[in-house]
Amino acid sequence: MKEHPVLDLVDLPPHGMGAASPTWWGTLAFMLIEGTGFALVIAVYLYLMSVATQWPLNAPQPDLAAGTMMTVLLLASLIPNLILTRFAKARALVSVRIGLIVMSILGTLPLIVRAYEFPAFAVKWDDNAYGSIVWAILGLHTTHLVTDLVDTLVLTVLMFSRHANSVRRYGDVEDNAMYWNFVVAAWVPVYLCLYWVPRL
Amino acid sequence: MTTAAHSAEDLATEGGEIERQLAQTWKTPDGFWAALSTVDHKIIARRYILTAFVFLALGGALALMMRLQLAQPESRFIGPDRYNQIFTMHGSNMMFLFAVPVMEAMAVYLVPLMVGTRNIAFPRLNAFSYWIFLAGGGLLWISFVLDMGPDVGWFAYVPLSGPQYGAGKRADIWAQMITFTELSALAVAVEIVVTIFKQRAPGMTLDRIPLFVWSMLVTAFVVILAMPAIMVASTSLILDRLVGTHFYNPAEGGDVLLWQHLFWFFGHPEVYIIFLPAVGMVSTIVGTFARRPVFGYLGIVVALISTGVLSFGLWVHHMFVAGLPRLGESFFTASSMAIAIPAGIQIFCWLATLWDGRPVFKAPLLFVIGFFFTFVLGGLTGVMVASVPFDTQVHDTYFVVAHFHYVLIGGAVFPLIGAIYYWFPKFTGRLMSERLGRWVFGLIFVGFNLTFFPMHILGFQGMPRRIYTYQPEMPWDTLNMFVSLSALILAIGFLLFFYDAIRSARSGAIAGPNPWKASTLEWATASPPPAYNFRYIPVVTSRDPLWTTSGELTVAVGLRTDRRELVVSTVAEARPEARESSPRNSIWPFWAAVATTVMLISSIFSPWAVVWGSIPIAIALIGWFWPKGAPEDEA
Repeated sequence: MKEHPVLDLVDLPPHGMGAASPTWWGTLAFMLIEGTGFALVIAVYLYLMSVATQWPLNAPQPDLAAGTMMTVLLLASLIPNLILTRFAKARALVSVRIGLIVMSILGTLPLIVRAYEFPAFAVKWDDNAYGSIVWAILGLHTTHLVTDLVDTLVLTVLMFSRHANSVRRYGDVEDNAMYWNFVVAAWVPVYLCLYWVPRL
Repeated sequence: MTTAAHSAEDLATEGGEIERQLAQTWKTPDGFWAALSTVDHKIIARRYILTAFVFLALGGALALMMRLQLAQPESRFIGPDRYNQIFTMHGSNMMFLFAVPVMEAMAVYLVPLMVGTRNIAFPRLNAFSYWIFLAGGGLLWISFVLDMGPDVGWFAYVPLSGPQYGAGKRADIWAQMITFTELSALAVAVEIVVTIFKQRAPGMTLDRIPLFVWSMLVTAFVVILAMPAIMVASTSLILDRLVGTHFYNPAEGGDVLLWQHLFWFFGHPEVYIIFLPAVGMVSTIVGTFARRPVFGYLGIVVALISTGVLSFGLWVHHMFVAGLPRLGESFFTASSMAIAIPAGIQIFCWLATLWDGRPVFKAPLLFVIGFFFTFVLGGLTGVMVASVPFDTQVHDTYFVVAHFHYVLIGGAVFPLIGAIYYWFPKFTGRLMSERLGRWVFGLIFVGFNLTFFPMHILGFQGMPRRIYTYQPEMPWDTLNMFVSLSALILAIGFLLFFYDAIRSARSGAIAGPNPWKASTLEWATASPPPAYNFRYIPVVTSRDPLWTTSGELTVAVGLRTDRRELVVSTVAEARPEARESSPRNSIWPFWAAVATTVMLISSIFSPWAVVWGSIPIAIALIGWFWPKGAPEDEA
């Protein structure tokens, strides 16, 4: 088939940022998958609650301290995360490195708090269905915390390597920060469900 | 749009050199490791399609074994335990290892070509998804050969599949096979969404997207929203069985109906995950062979989207006999009947297209005609079983078996076989036999209807599904014998199809780029397409680009040829935004899949496998994403 040129692409940037990047959309799509997962486990929680005669099943109300601390910690982490995104947009290498170290620490702290959250429910996964769903939801969210932490750590190392100063890497930092926002956003309904719904 | 310094003459003179450079940049070298490392969407899709058809043949062999067993009362060919495994394998295999993967695989091959790009989005994820799919299929079939095949039905209801009744590892193998196949399906869904959103050729606005691509976009979203439900279900089932959780144990506050809700919240959209790609194929074939643009483009797109949305509001109609509140059942009856409306709109659009066109009745169109007949029949019995009193009568009988085979084979396999006849020349460069194609159609169509129509009657006569035998006093033996003999006709039809495909791939007539004189972009390049798909990225100015360009393709120039580069464009208007790089071949997706397989299979036996098994996965993923200093890493 004969070809007739009508458009020259040579002036386009060799990499798109934000919504011009396929990776950004891929991250959104995975957030949609995992968001559906969170919605489903919350639905399972509510379903099991609806068939139970009392709730929590054979357990006291969950202790609020650890979970609330987690919520405060995660919400507070959004501020440095936002600043890190700005640094990445400005392609400020040194600031991005510092931001990533801060976010690596802020990704580790919640795991310590999480260790106190599991006991706060005073129920084991194999005690009853209430314990099962609580552990499953906390486990699912913990998986996200761990995955994002590993992601952030690898990215931090990468930003100290010779591959650092590239538009593409700053895009990775932005996408990673966006994913952390999701991990925090997913926690809010989970927190309300696990700690406040049984108090209704 | 500017012509820049290029003219059509320039392109003709520099074309050969550009092709050489592109071929060098995009090639998959020969050799074993290169074959494991390739990220070419066409090679991976071909593997996917071939593997899925192997699973179809295996599943068909199981069906024939069941028909042999049921041909006569009190047959001794298969015992009850083996029979349970066989019908479970047949259903699970056909749904999870054939129907969904083959539809997605067709999209993996065709969508990048139809939207005019060089490779699918996230090509390494695509490679990973294939290996995971293969491992899931291997897990299921190897277990079956070892007499460890799941025996709890393709929807694995608890408590039968729970720790109390499902001893051994059979149910775990089913549940973990689900994890494998859903993981791979979700990965492909993400690739398809991003390819369609961001990699469309310049000018391919939303209202110029080919209908097959629209159908795959809706399908991919249904996959994304439905499949997490089955992953939650299968994971919680494994947890109940392995670490003693109580999700499905009523004695400790669990609930068995929860399983049914989760399963069917996935399971009903699953039907549309299989059906929507098929209607996209039908729209494509109808347009090409009616020799006119498909009537009611907008209506069809709206019907696709509304089918996708409604598919999430139907799941309870699988649970009408589970004793749910009456009002809820009425709602689901209404929504189940409502979904007939978008299906009807599409059928009328296709009929109008054929009516107004000059239809050429080649083999692909024959299968579409067969689809109309069979699918409408399946749709009618669907409206029947949407009614609670009727469903209560025929639930778990052969009426339901007949109904869903009409919908699935009529609604999806007929269009799929038509689509294989249609796109085979693009896949292989060679045409399948038109004469054999007519025989294949005749045998499959007649064989199918003779096999499955009598099952409606068997259902009315009260024959339950999933029984391994029946007593001679039952009035079922004559029809069962008839069904079993008819199944042979159906099987011969499929064998002839396989024969035709293998023969044509070797020695079929050379097809040329566009043997059907079709209108969409995949026909603008060679058959089979080169590794880089298009020498220049097409610029689209209409819905049927090859019918309106009078032998000349408008293209864009300026992409680099020394690195893998493609055009990223805006979601709605497809305005070019960037020249984005596309990842090179890599062995890491393969190793990541191996590590994931080891972790998933080990976690059937020990929960700690999730912990230690994650370490190799993390290493493989770091290898996958770590920049190698290739030109593709530049920006």
